[in-house]
Amino acid sequence: MLHIVVCVKQVPDSREIRIDPKTNTLIRQGVPAIANFYDMHGLEEALRIKDEKGAVITVVCMGPPPAEKSLKECISLGADRAVLVTDRGFAGADTLATSYVLGLTIQKVAAEFGPVDIVFCGKQTLDGDTGQVGPGIACRLDLEQLTYVQKVEKIDQEARRITVHRHLEDGVEVVETAMPVLITALKEMNKVRRAPLPGMIRAAKFKPVIWTTQDFPGLERAKIGLKGSPTIVSKTWVPEQRHVDTEMIAADTPQATAGLLVDKLWQTELPQRFGWANGSEV
Amino acid sequence: MAEENKKKAADDMPDWSDYRGVMIVVEQRAGKAASVSLQLLGEGRKLADKLETELMALVIGHDVRHLAEEMIYYGADKVYVSDAPELKDYRTRPYSRVCLQVLRDVKPEIVLQGATATGRDLAGAIATHLPTGLTADCTILDVEPHPSRLLLASRPAFSEKMLATILCKQYRPQMATTRAGVFEALPRDTTRTGEVITVENTMKEEEIAAKVLRFIEETERFNLEDAEIIVAGGRGLGGPEPFKMLQDLADALGGVVGASRAAVDAGWIEHKHQVGQTGYTVRPKLYIAVGISGAVQHLVGMQNSDLIVAINRDPDAPIFKTANYGIVGDLFQIIPALTAAVKEKRVL
Ligand SMILES: Cc1cc2nc3c(=O)[nH]c(=O)nc-3n(C[C@H](O)[C@H](O)[C@H](O)COP(=O)(O)OP(=O)(O)OC[C@H]3O[C@@H](n4cnc5c(N)ncnc54)[C@H](O)[C@@H]3O)c2cc1C
Ligand SMILES: Cc1cc2nc3c(=O)[nH]c(=O)nc-3n(C[C@H](O)[C@H](O)[C@H](O)COP(=O)(O)OP(=O)(O)OC[C@H]3O[C@@H](n4cnc5c(N)ncnc54)[C@H](O)[C@@H]3O)c2cc1C
Repeated sequence: MLHIVVCVKQVPDSREIRIDPKTNTLIRQGVPAIANFYDMHGLEEALRIKDEKGAVITVVCMGPPPAEKSLKECISLGADRAVLVTDRGFAGADTLATSYVLGLTIQKVAAEFGPVDIVFCGKQTLDGDTGQVGPGIACRLDLEQLTYVQKVEKIDQEARRITVHRHLEDGVEVVETAMPVLITALKEMNKVRRAPLPGMIRAAKFKPVIWTTQDFPGLERAKIGLKGSPTIVSKTWVPEQRHVDTEMIAADTPQATAGLLVDKLWQTELPQRFGWANGSEV
Repeated sequence: MAEENKKKAADDMPDWSDYRGVMIVVEQRAGKAASVSLQLLGEGRKLADKLETELMALVIGHDVRHLAEEMIYYGADKVYVSDAPELKDYRTRPYSRVCLQVLRDVKPEIVLQGATATGRDLAGAIATHLPTGLTADCTILDVEPHPSRLLLASRPAFSEKMLATILCKQYRPQMATTRAGVFEALPRDTTRTGEVITVENTMKEEEIAAKVLRFIEETERFNLEDAEIIVAGGRGLGGPEPFKMLQDLADALGGVVGASRAAVDAGWIEHKHQVGQTGYTVRPKLYIAVGISGAVQHLVGMQNSDLIVAINRDPDAPIFKTANYGIVGDLFQIIPALTAAVKEKRVL
């Protein structure tokens, strides 16, 4: 049976974050923590594979203890097990340190629960928003890497090959590769289901497996948390908005107003640049 | 005081004197360089000059030798080219193999690439392999001069409400991906000369698991990022129909139609028209915002336009603060009148 790992990060819903206009700092209070929504599309795809072919789904999350909430949500939707990797030592991780710990976690998941065929990540998170952790994990585990996937076309379990559609800026690339594979999910991939009642009941009593630094014998302290993170946030600021002296254009009728604007546009370099002939001069 | 701080910053850091130069990893498809790569050469040129070092480019692909010269015309001093049939389509493993080989040999202090799907895929893999720090999706780049030579990579954070400057002191190279459309390419200068260095591809087809089966190009060729005139519509349009009206105005001006996320989310127009944080960053000569309120996430995508016109019935709409010309009024009256006025002026 296929074994699928889904990486889920719990994030503040950054859409709800406001800036305090007096201090120019973030107001984090009252901002809800949610499971990163791209990750839920990864989970949904894993669930569809499970429905169709049978699979065991393990969800992994690195984060503080309250992240258990997002894992319970995954269980309610149909994930089989969930691992929360939590330790103060992991705090302050950038993408390099995060992919190191998640790489070790997935290795341990494979050792304890069986080899992993597919790892799903989200395209990116709502908070850090880098999209770097997926490629980082693939690299650590030497997995094939398929990013920006909008559709899983085919899984050939016998040949151990998978075909997907990747969404790029200029079109869609259909690519086939070998499993084990790491896939990063776009929201176009599927529509996330609602939790069925039995799932919700199961989730209510569910406790994730908890792993701390103690559970990883080979873990190198220098590679985790703040210490293991090459990138340093040196300052944050609120960008000044472009400020221009706006000239308002108004006349009695829409036609007259439009005429005034066109006159203004014709006083710029635009007509010359774009070869707009000037009627009055032709 | 500032001098002192700089010295201190340099003292904290290991000796990186073997690492010199700025490297742009060029993205190309079918022998044509992505515009973000040319924009990066323009920006990279400034950084290299400030550091008094070389600007380098790395071109990977098949039948791409002509790009070496192009990269020099756009600002590079030195171009590394790896040209092999195995490198025809972008695939993570063979491309990262070539990249790693070049980065380890050449030791640039800064490596930049576009924050496109391909750029992020590749950068994420190589930064982990090296290993080093990678700053994502930057919109402002600068460097501290010698001796610290630090890359100051700034990126929007928290839904574009803030900017964060990110440093990488303890590792080299310093890597960043940058958003398309925010930097300006230099004019193509065919008198520029430079050095071209060939890099072997060492990965054989049998060693590469990934096969690109086909590529479905976006049917209608539509390029918002490079458009010089954009007429964009928002929720104020109220439905898909009025976008035809905007198209008429765009046609009269020789431009294309853009949209706010509200219009895209409502299903009135496709995502490829979306301007803003989760859409495209554009810098046209003329941007006309119609029935768009001017949320920050929209502004970040268009505020570098040369000339901005806003049409909105709400005189307090924030979009007016960013606009050069504003018209308060009903778009359903203004837009047809404007199209007619433009056509009249152009005798169309
Ligand atoms: C404002 C800001 C800017 C930042 N900029 C950078 C930067 O430029 N470079 C950098 O290296 N770091 C940066 N960081 C740090 C980075 O956000 C964290 O390292 C974070 O742990 C992982 O990165 P991400 O959120 O960008 O994840 P992404 O790389 O965007 O995540 C991709 C996917 O990986 C999986 N994943 C990621 N984190 C976890 C987790 N903890 N548990 C389970 N699955 C996970 C999820 O499936 C997710 O969808 C920044 C942080 C902030 C707050
Ligand atoms: C994480 C995140 C990412 C986002 N990314 C983007 C992005 O990439 N791009 C983007 O655009 N937004 C983005 N948004 C959404 C953004 O916050 C706004 O919600 C969105 O830009 C609003 O679109 P709008 O201006 O069309 O609609 P509204 O804010 O509803 O404005 C409609 C305007 O139309 C005017 N109007 C109505 N009827 C008429 C009429 N008849 N004549 C004239 N004027 C009229 C109204 O006065 C109003 O000002 C993002 C938000 C988040 C949280």
